[in-house]
Amino acid sequence: MTKLKTPVSAEDHVQGPGDADVTLVEYGDYECPHCGHAYPMVKRIQKRFGDRLRFVFRNFPLTQAHPHAEAAAETAEFAATYGKFWEMHDLLFESQERLGRDLFLELAARLELSVPALNQVLEDRRFETRVRADFSGGVRSGVNGTPTFFINGIRNDGPSEFMELLLAVDAAMEESQSLRK
Amino acid sequence: MAVSQKNEPQAADVNELLAPATKAPEFTLQFAPREMFSLSESRGKPVIIAFYPADWSPTCGDQIGLYNEILPEFQKFGAELLGISVDGPWCHKAYTETRKLHFKLLSDFEPKGAVAKQYGAYRSADGLSERALFVIDKNGVIAWSYLSPIRVNPGADGILEALENLPK
Repeated sequence: MTKLKTPVSAEDHVQGPGDADVTLVEYGDYECPHCGHAYPMVKRIQKRFGDRLRFVFRNFPLTQAHPHAEAAAETAEFAATYGKFWEMHDLLFESQERLGRDLFLELAARLELSVPALNQVLEDRRFETRVRADFSGGVRSGVNGTPTFFINGIRNDGPSEFMELLLAVDAAMEESQSLRK
Repeated sequence: MAVSQKNEPQAADVNELLAPATKAPEFTLQFAPREMFSLSESRGKPVIIAFYPADWSPTCGDQIGLYNEILPEFQKFGAELLGISVDGPWCHKAYTETRKLHFKLLSDFEPKGAVAKQYGAYRSADGLSERALFVIDKNGVIAWSYLSPIRVNPGADGILEALENLPK
């Protein structure tokens, strides 16, 4: 059983309450087609479990295979400093086939963020350290490709398909509820 | 959890990997057409050996791609990474070029799987290497080994932990 080594902290991008029964952590890459496939699945799972589920997204760009993955991750981190991480995260996945500097700047404009500021941030690779920190933590936790999901801190080695992931989250819900009794 | 693994044969019953504290068997294999590499060439630095079933297959792709990505983390320990499968050198060459791999893939091709067999990492029934990992210390002694279920990409956490635990 492979366990998450970096606990969820204030540094993380989080949706859902801190006292949720289950925490789902995804290590993802904005250019990875499997992550693009998982994106609407995670949304459906979040909708289904509501406040009983907390979702965390961490960067794991496979830069050797995906030329735009790092800059996409840095764009989302830039948006995060203005409180717009999740808006950017969603837009990036929804426009996955058009990733590139032009798109990043276009999305910044759409979210009313400064386009020149983002351009400069990407030039200076200002968020590279932040993205690498996610990546290194993921490697230490046994992230073995993208997306890798951890459910209440345990790596999900089953298929990352909707039904399997839903059942795995559901099983963790039941386990956490039986522990409370 | 782990729905997909229910029907997985327990590979560990079939194969016994060479254990820590065993001297790593020497081998010489082709890593590119007409180019040979011997394990002893890496003496003096830690070596990571990743036996994997085949070039191009999706899970291996992820595993090999992952290792390519985190090569700098291995290099922090001065370690050399070697991938070994039964694929021939031309196949490795095409795979290396397509995936832009920055480490050597060795061909355990003729006699097929001979090195994997020496390390206890050959699946005779399938004619493929197991998905098995070894960390060998700078003196050529196995420090850590791990046999992964063949369909599960083992990641790199075990390798990094083993490298950290090597005597300085």
